[in-house]
Amino acid sequence: METLAEIFTDNYRFLQQHVYSHSGIVLDHDKHYLFESRLMPIVRQLGLGSINDLCSLLLKTKETALGRQVVEAMTTNETYFFRDPAQYEAIRTVLLPELRQSKGDQKKLRFWSAASSSGQEAYSLAMLLLEEGFGDWNIQIYGTDFSSQVLESARTGKYRQIDMNRGLPSPLLARHFRRSGLDWQVSDRVRQMVTFETLDLRKSLRTLGPFDLVFCRNVMIYFDTQTKKNLIQELHGTLFRHGWLLLGGAETAFGAEQWFDKQTVQGATLYVAH
Amino acid sequence: MANALVVDDSRAVRMILSKNLREVGFDVREAGNGREALEVVAAEKASLRLVLTDWNMPEMNGLELLKCLRKDPALASLIIIMVTTETEMEHITEALDAGANEYVMKPFDKEILFQKLDLTGVRA
Ligand SMILES: C[S@@+](CC[C@H](N)C(=O)[O-])C[C@H]1O[C@@H](n2cnc3c(N)ncnc32)[C@H](O)[C@@H]1O
Repeated sequence: METLAEIFTDNYRFLQQHVYSHSGIVLDHDKHYLFESRLMPIVRQLGLGSINDLCSLLLKTKETALGRQVVEAMTTNETYFFRDPAQYEAIRTVLLPELRQSKGDQKKLRFWSAASSSGQEAYSLAMLLLEEGFGDWNIQIYGTDFSSQVLESARTGKYRQIDMNRGLPSPLLARHFRRSGLDWQVSDRVRQMVTFETLDLRKSLRTLGPFDLVFCRNVMIYFDTQTKKNLIQELHGTLFRHGWLLLGGAETAFGAEQWFDKQTVQGATLYVAH
Repeated sequence: MANALVVDDSRAVRMILSKNLREVGFDVREAGNGREALEVVAAEKASLRLVLTDWNMPEMNGLELLKCLRKDPALASLIIIMVTTETEMEHITEALDAGANEYVMKPFDKEILFQKLDLTGVRA
């Protein structure tokens, strides 16, 4: 007898293709558990019998809202404040002093958290800039993600207690957050520095930038080689000369040498735009 | 080996924290309240690097312990982390003002604890 969660081979292929075509995310053949744990809540919510029913519905109706919901359910949104602290330390000790010098007259800086998820990366940077005395500079930080759901939460700047424990130094919590019911909310001062918008990283990024620093962390890891290569080149186009690209800890930049100098600063890897 | 002291009136919490700290190479002592903690500190002063302390405990609470420890110039480089269910902003600022290096809100997991250790540099 068919268990509730079993996925037929054809449907498995359909789901892989659906997620890939809508996000660029490659899900291998051994991700049954992932489909099950992420899609069963949708199956139950719709009162369907199984993931196979969900596939039939998707195929039949071509319902875009549901299609999006499935893709968003399959993406990993995990993030936390000051993830990969060595990179923030490199920004603090190398990039910011450089920018203070080179842009001291115009006092304008622009940053981008590509694949921002719920916003911790963008807000961490905003806090760092305030702590380092850039409060009177014109600072714009963009946070983008293709999931409108995570961006909604990012815009509120509200986080659960468990998120506050992770990575965020307590003195920064005390200075930049306030209690909001059971949750915590980042201060208006910090929130004003960040703007969130939806963006698919597989699209042309030519209208964006130029930025002094781009975070593109823990998203490329889900893409295939060609998508990664294109993205690296597009990201280069959004950076000022000598601007920094920061990738996730486990990520390598395919063909990046052509566009970037790879450098290591106190254990952090960074890519400096030619 | 670096010494750490875990202060909590719950034996279960002490066990979990001690186990986690041993995993990353600490030699761990335990105390059930602030007064007991001061006795351990007096005996182990020279080698003590880290104190994890609860807030609410009988006899002497964590905040009082913290204030006591911060009065001793010989313990200036001691890392003190509050690990507590007190999660109001006033509590956090009070503990930080009294000299806590970090503040962990219960419930927490091992990963959170290790991140906090990293933030204080005590693991390195
Ligand atoms: C694991 S999170 C990374 C968050 C943060 N950058 C970090 O490193 O902590 C990955 C994010 O990438 C987003 N994402 C996946 N595919 C995307 C695409 N094609 N375009 C834009 N964002 C995408 C997901 O919605 C998710 O929020």
